[in-house]
Amino acid sequence: MNTTWSRFNITSVTLGFAFLYLPIVLLVIFSFNESKLVTVWGGFSTKWYVSLFQNKALIDAAWVTIRVGLISATVATVLGTMAALALTRYTRFRGRVLFSGMVFAPLVMPEVITGLSLLLLFVAIGLDRGFLTLTLAHISFTMCFVAVVVQSRLVTFDRSLEEAAMDLGATPVATFFQVTLPVILPAIVSGWMLAFTLSLDDLVTSSFTSGPGATTLPMKIYSQVRLGVTPEINAACTILIAIVATGVIIASIVNKRREVQRQRDEQAAQRG
Amino acid sequence: MAGATLSAPTTANGAAAAQATQQPTSFTGKLVIIIPYTFLLVFFLVPFFIVFKISLSQVAIAMPPYTPALDFSGGISGVFSQLKELSFDNYVFLTEDPLYFNAYVTSVIVAGISTLLTLLVGYPIAYGMSRAPATLRPTLLMLVILPFWTSFLIRVYAWIGILKPEGLLNQLLLSTGIISEPLIILNTYTAIFIGIVYSYLPFMVLPLYSALEKMDYSLIEAAQDLGCPPITAFWKITFPLSLPGVLAGCLLVFIPAVGEFVIPDLLGGSQTLMIGRTLWNEFNANRDWPVSSAVAVLLLLVLIIPIVIFQHAQARAQEQGR
Repeated sequence: MNTTWSRFNITSVTLGFAFLYLPIVLLVIFSFNESKLVTVWGGFSTKWYVSLFQNKALIDAAWVTIRVGLISATVATVLGTMAALALTRYTRFRGRVLFSGMVFAPLVMPEVITGLSLLLLFVAIGLDRGFLTLTLAHISFTMCFVAVVVQSRLVTFDRSLEEAAMDLGATPVATFFQVTLPVILPAIVSGWMLAFTLSLDDLVTSSFTSGPGATTLPMKIYSQVRLGVTPEINAACTILIAIVATGVIIASIVNKRREVQRQRDEQAAQRG
Repeated sequence: MAGATLSAPTTANGAAAAQATQQPTSFTGKLVIIIPYTFLLVFFLVPFFIVFKISLSQVAIAMPPYTPALDFSGGISGVFSQLKELSFDNYVFLTEDPLYFNAYVTSVIVAGISTLLTLLVGYPIAYGMSRAPATLRPTLLMLVILPFWTSFLIRVYAWIGILKPEGLLNQLLLSTGIISEPLIILNTYTAIFIGIVYSYLPFMVLPLYSALEKMDYSLIEAAQDLGCPPITAFWKITFPLSLPGVLAGCLLVFIPAVGEFVIPDLLGGSQTLMIGRTLWNEFNANRDWPVSSAVAVLLLLVLIIPIVIFQHAQARAQEQGR
């Protein structure tokens, strides 16, 4: 297709990206501000990063956040992949409509409702609020995002590969682990990453479902933001952004390399 | 003509759909359904029933702070006597107090306006991306998704420093002489609009882009060859073909925006009234669990129609193999 990228299109894309990135760039710049004021430039300094690493409450919160994120993303990935398999492979089973509803609805459900309903569940069954309830809550809202990501890969999956493996005598379980899983693995990995970042970010559901001793970083940042904007929060945000951006960029480079490799293999196979 | 281009992906995936196993036969097959199903029932569906039940209870100074509490120790007769104590008082209270009614109406209006603004901002971006050179598109796509990976809270927080009376926007406008007095944007509805458009923009751009990218541009060329001006061609061909993307994008923005808490709380200030924040305050500040449950149930009722439409669109997109 011969697309000419017109001036109008270039302008709208450029302006759009400026709008998306300028606030984040400004936030990063002012984390290096010497002055305590976030909006007046007083010279370059890294002192806010130093004071950040001496803030024990913040470090503790970061540690809780990472542990909840790792556990909940992993469990959510297993459950979400199962849900995706169930939805794509089995077009007819009892309660399928309800099931697909429960997978898609949490994607748009306002967080105040999810948070409140989960809290009331934990109170009703007498589970003390803390690390466990926080993790369970995170699993339940992130697994649906994993299911959607994995599902969109599964619908384009060529099932003749599985049939070939089964014809050659592989059991369904062996077929899944040796044939299906390697093919859909990139989707599962990006599903995990999505679940992990959603868990890292979450404020509202966490505030409802966590208890004393399990304060997450967003909860900590939120309570400080309410007291006023400080360069220290900018520094904390910058570190979070840097971690996420590095992860996403590395993942996309790895993905691209694998894609190029696959195309090369396919071409070689066709030639041979 | 349009029908021919649209049917192409459907037939390609028709083969895949025919392959799909209809019912689980093996034990592992059943397990793949039962495990996530049970988890979602317990942690998604059952909680809603509990919210509904507590919305019919009365507030009490106890832990948990409502009565009658969900307690099965009294046996069947005990449960029945508890059921008699349930009442719709909280809902009556919500309809009598204009504060709540106004909060619902304001939330729907604010979310609606924000959704339209997001569409207006997002459409040119998605359109520009879909016409970009094919080699550049994956990079552009990643650049749209990337802000989505950075914390929602951080992105909202970033706007405080920009919109404050002594913030960066006012500094810029004052120094260039465009305005002589600082604009008051923070703690107004304008700030909420900006916050929602900014935070939800990727949700709008992605479905629009995937609808526009699939479009067959030879249709536009044909229209132009036949003498159709570009703007007419856009309204008669491009926009109708992108409608599934428009619908998906608008729902993805509108539904969460109605119940949004962080944006009205941090950017809207105490003057603005939105239902997500009302619920939060009712729960955390007033500790009135029954009333906040009733607020949640009514919020869900407001959103149930858009949620059902969204879910149908999702299920259809999945069956056609996006």
